[in-house]
Amino acid sequence: MVETLRKIFLADLLTGLWVTFKTQRTSNIVTEQYPLERPRVGERFRGAPRLNNNPENGETLCIGCDLCAKACPENLIVVGTERNKETRRLDLTYFTYDLSRCMFCGLCEDACPVDALELTQDFEMASYTRDGLIWDRQMLEEGPRPTPYTR
Amino acid sequence: MTNHLETSEMVLNMGPQHPSTHGVLRLILKLDGERVKSIECVIGYLHRGVEKIGENRTYAQFAPYVDRMDYVAAVSNGLGYCLAVEKLIGIEAPPRAQFVRVIFAELNRIASHLLWLGTSALDLGAMTALFYTMREREDVLKIFENYCGARLTTHAFRIGGLQYELHDTFEAELLAFCASFPARLDEYERLLTQNPIWVDRLKGIGILTAADCKAYAVSGPVLRAAGLPWDLRKAQPYSSYDQFDFDIPTGQNADSYDRYLVRIEEMRQSLRIIRQALDRIPSGPILAKVPKVLKPAPGEIYSSIEAPKGELGYYIVSDGSLQPWRLRVRPPSFLNLAALEKMAVGALVADVVAIIGTLDFVLGEVDR
Repeated sequence: MVETLRKIFLADLLTGLWVTFKTQRTSNIVTEQYPLERPRVGERFRGAPRLNNNPENGETLCIGCDLCAKACPENLIVVGTERNKETRRLDLTYFTYDLSRCMFCGLCEDACPVDALELTQDFEMASYTRDGLIWDRQMLEEGPRPTPYTR
Repeated sequence: MTNHLETSEMVLNMGPQHPSTHGVLRLILKLDGERVKSIECVIGYLHRGVEKIGENRTYAQFAPYVDRMDYVAAVSNGLGYCLAVEKLIGIEAPPRAQFVRVIFAELNRIASHLLWLGTSALDLGAMTALFYTMREREDVLKIFENYCGARLTTHAFRIGGLQYELHDTFEAELLAFCASFPARLDEYERLLTQNPIWVDRLKGIGILTAADCKAYAVSGPVLRAAGLPWDLRKAQPYSSYDQFDFDIPTGQNADSYDRYLVRIEEMRQSLRIIRQALDRIPSGPILAKVPKVLKPAPGEIYSSIEAPKGELGYYIVSDGSLQPWRLRVRPPSFLNLAALEKMAVGALVADVVAIIGTLDFVLGEVDR
């Protein structure tokens, strides 16, 4: 009897529809309005790589140890160094990072002993060309320019 | 005139771009009217040679690649791989790391089941559920992002423990999720469990008996829906799962509807485990002493865990060098998919969609 009444008055359907109507309040909207509003990504977000400079004198923190290149599963980091005759230390000559093959696993930043290489919170790395995804030292230090969006 | 209607059987290609095949699965259906006479799976569209890649990477370097097999349950894949390598080199993660791993693996189980619930409901015509499940999945992914910096392909664990200590807001985020999620689960059940369309499309569809499950080596919720309480978390406890109190939900009818109920209940049990783990999380180191250069002694091991979709096993053969000599993955999706033919022959075409939906496989894992 109850079962029949439930069927006649579509009780199960109404229970389901009630769930839908309950979420119509504007406070329940969870959609992010990207690109108008940028989402806040986590502090540890693994995004665009950056080569950090010493904030005091602007010199690179990289000591050219090549550990990041060795840790990389995709072999996409190339570190060029030169032995400085005076200080007897390695000077960084070039640093290339092939973003087109990067999977943002974070092994390179784990391997870095001086926190020079870091994956940052930037996530807008699209490029019109494949060459544009191979970042040189300058690009890595300055970071990607934020893309302006207009209507 | 009446005798000229064509009544021969028809071959229908379903996929590889069909929205209900959840990826790039191609099914060649032989149809007699609406009835399926035979079904043939064509896989390999997503083959990337992950196992071969594993032979050319060091043990630590291969860890990010396992996330890309079952990409909706990346944490479980990472856990399985880390446990396998730890077994190979004979170390164990510290207790704190084990508890954190349990929390994240169970969160991932919830995320994976949520995605399954939403997409299967979408396939069967209940579009609303998808939006709600995605909303809750977002909460889980946000916790992942705040913890390890990635949402989907997390690479959360390292061999020997964890790379990152828990972030400051972790406990608050997790407690908020634990508080809100049970009510949300009830919401899904209100939407679906008694819904006449949902029940009619799932009940009695795609029956795979316990004996068939064993014959096809099916594992996970599909097996438990057939009434066998087989769960590796209980059967071979790993990562201190033996310290938690939880039940293994089982079904009786071995049909698609029971698989749905089992997965819903599994989410509740996962939440129970998360609560217990959060209460009793020990302090201490998070990374065991792992040699800088991993060079395991020659030998072979097989280690398996209960991933959201079933038994996920890693078989590693080491020849004493830096890289595995052979790395073989036993994916749950691949073996569960093999049982599709058994379930779908004799069913209607629309039922094939329901069966595929409730089997819950990910093509990234089937093809590897």
